Amino acid sequence: MTTRFKKEVLDTPAWWQDLDRYIDEQKNNNPGHVQSALIPVLHYVQDRYGYVPEKAVNHVAQSLGVPTVYIWGVASFYSYFSLTPKGLYTIRVCAGTACYVQGSQAVMNEFIRRLEIQPGQTTEDGLFTLEEARCLGACGQAPVVMVNDRVHAKVRPEQVPDIVAEYTALAHASAEAQA
Amino acid sequence: MSSATQTLEKLVSQASPSVAGEVEKPQVLVGIATCALAAGARDAMDAAKAALNGNDGVTLGQVGCVGCCSVEPLMEVRKPGEPPRLYVNVDAGRAAEIIRRDVMGGQPIPEWQIEAIEGLGTPAKGAATGAQDSEVIDRFTRDWRRLDYFSRQTRICLRNVGRVDPENIDDYLTVGGYAALAKCLGELSPQEVIDIIKAAGLRGRGGAGFPTGLKWQFTHNAPGETKYVVCNADEGDPGAFMDRSTLEGDPHSVVEALAICAYAIGAKRGFVYVRAEYPLAVQRLKLAIQQAEERGLLGDNILGTDHCFHLEIRLGAGAFVCGEETALMASIEGKRGMPRPRPPFPATSGLWGKPTNINNVETLANVPAIILLGADWYSSIGTEKSKGTKVFALAGNVVNTGLIEVPMGATLREVVFDIGGGIPGGRGFKAAQIGGPSGGCLPSQYLDTPTDYESLQAAGAIMGSGGLIVMDDTVCMVDIAKFFLTFTQDESCGKCTPCREGTKRMLEVLQRITAGSGEALDLERLRRLGAVAQRAALCGLGQTAPNPVLSTLRQFPDEYEAHIQEKRCPTAVCEALVHYFIVEDKCIGCGLCKRVCPVHCISGEARQPHVIGDDACVRCGACYERCPVDAIVRQ
Ligand SMILES: Cc1cc2nc3c(=O)[nH]c(=O)nc-3n(C[C@H](O)[C@H](O)[C@H](O)COP(=O)(O)O)c2cc1C
Ligand code: FES
Repeated sequence: MTTRFKKEVLDTPAWWQDLDRYIDEQKNNNPGHVQSALIPVLHYVQDRYGYVPEKAVNHVAQSLGVPTVYIWGVASFYSYFSLTPKGLYTIRVCAGTACYVQGSQAVMNEFIRRLEIQPGQTTEDGLFTLEEARCLGACGQAPVVMVNDRVHAKVRPEQVPDIVAEYTALAHASAEAQA
Repeated sequence: MSSATQTLEKLVSQASPSVAGEVEKPQVLVGIATCALAAGARDAMDAAKAALNGNDGVTLGQVGCVGCCSVEPLMEVRKPGEPPRLYVNVDAGRAAEIIRRDVMGGQPIPEWQIEAIEGLGTPAKGAATGAQDSEVIDRFTRDWRRLDYFSRQTRICLRNVGRVDPENIDDYLTVGGYAALAKCLGELSPQEVIDIIKAAGLRGRGGAGFPTGLKWQFTHNAPGETKYVVCNADEGDPGAFMDRSTLEGDPHSVVEALAICAYAIGAKRGFVYVRAEYPLAVQRLKLAIQQAEERGLLGDNILGTDHCFHLEIRLGAGAFVCGEETALMASIEGKRGMPRPRPPFPATSGLWGKPTNINNVETLANVPAIILLGADWYSSIGTEKSKGTKVFALAGNVVNTGLIEVPMGATLREVVFDIGGGIPGGRGFKAAQIGGPSGGCLPSQYLDTPTDYESLQAAGAIMGSGGLIVMDDTVCMVDIAKFFLTFTQDESCGKCTPCREGTKRMLEVLQRITAGSGEALDLERLRRLGAVAQRAALCGLGQTAPNPVLSTLRQFPDEYEAHIQEKRCPTAVCEALVHYFIVEDKCIGCGLCKRVCPVHCISGEARQPHVIGDDACVRCGACYERCPVDAIVRQ
């Protein structure tokens, strides 16, 4: 089965120019410590690209004058950086202490059952990536689920189908609008 | 008056605050913070805006979270000459009604106000116990100390939260912001600033409780031209959110404190290292830095003096160990976030080998208040060895989840029961987990323990960052120990063996115990492995990782025994040890359980008692949920 939903990928010359501009800015901000620009640059790539692709790593390595293996080493150390593409929506179920005590495991299990994927995986249609999050800082609203930038509070397992349905509908609507 | 103060006064006189200062016309304040947004505060704000329909006789503004997370979204209505009204659980519908009936119509709606919420709305008993003598401090509590929940608090770190728009520097300037910086630059030498912080007795809120003034002194004394200040806003303890709330509700207090610290130690450049998981905090901090630069409160020649200080934000990238100071600095340098042995301490050799002072967000947020109100005032609050206040994030099985700030030394009972409102659903209190993955679980006999650094440590927990997770009697302590160890094992950076291997072996033992194949020797194994990691690990992560295990082992030995000897989980949490069976007398033979069972292990004729085949049972709990007469028991 082919992937049906894909994020718009900004693989244009302008995109690479923007990246270069950002890298230069970071280099200038850190005179004498070029390496210090690396993590901000990786954030920049991940924010705008959705993940850190190999060609970006190669590009950054050249611009910063840092070996690619070094960049892979850093990027893979930090769990925030994803080295593979993600789905249209990333569902992050909080597994922090407050959420755990309030039953986040049952919520996670329900997502696993519904989406038929394990945490860290993406559905075949490219719609959802499921992740386990460390505390999202909304512990007073536990258990918490974050879908892209939106936080859902006090989520019960029974609400999982509705959440999945809501974003599925949203994706279909925007796909139709584009077509 | 010094020229720095004069320059500041000019800024203050030109300020146009959004919500701070005297209430001159009706104000509607909506709490906009991560927790509030999750509860739907954006809808409330939009609905209020629509209902006001451009009416410029009313100010609609945003503030941070005042700490009542359990009843968010919150909307406060303030009118000149009237006591303020705090509306709770404000959805879009309520927001529109509040505007129509109260703000425009002059008819408050008592049933939606905080007073209608049992516990939170209870009137204060007697005089306020918090030290709110100073009018400069905590404008929010000053208005709200008529309620028990607030009268027991003393908010120094959170003094401006709820009374300033965090996205407008003019609000902060209006409530005395940057006056402490002006005082330092204009009237005090760096050494005098350090002496004040020392005399105040401020200790680090990031976990270890190291005296802040002493740390500043070390960095000040360290030889070298180039020095750095760093703010640790990595807040890795899952269940703690005081740093997030402070940055979202009052970012300038931290920015000002960093500028003061830089002056005291002689640094020209600083970094705030914030978790990437806190986008709103990052956004507001960015804005705060930008606005401070525009007003000449950051950058070159601050307030017209020689002091230059440039502040940058660095984002974390999802590694818990980066909260540890040496790992954090490695991360800023663009390396893998791995800790290194200390000494040398950052004060002598930190970022790029230069003397570096690193402090936590909450530690810093106290600094401007101390400079303005004095060391004597500050050290009069708290206990002999732990001065000032502590912010606690109350979460888990507690009625009033939220953020509170109390004088050091308030007992756990006051925090969990008097302010927190106790355990919901009529359940019993089992333990308070304090100090996160480095801390411990304190059962009910410790409820009268004062919350200060020494007492908590003596009780077998630690203050940590102040995350306080309340656990009721449905929580399995062996499972909780496993939960924390899964966390630390996953977050171990792998550099040193005692942590990398030790946490892994301990986790395996716990997995075995919770799966029903634990053996008598396992408890001794846990103690031994724990002791090695505590002594031999390279950094605080590994040294403290065994704490949740060892503390539950000490406080709840019976629960471990039940898992090992009887293959039984007393709270029926550990799935492998749970058994489902049908009480014959209660079963009406409706067959619903049989139909929902995914593995067809339930048998029985219609209208006859059914039976669950325990061997085939996968313990999904579907039958238990489905049974209409509660005939299925889970044990
Ligand atoms: C594993 C580990 C994680 C830590 N995480 C944090 C954290 O998230 N926030 C923090 O302020 N300090 C954290 N610390 C403590 C810091 O190393 C450091 O002591 C603190 O930032 C110093 O600031 P303070 O003196 O103001 O408390 C952590 C320490 C360890 C060992
Ligand atoms: S523990 Fe889930 S948001 Fe903090």
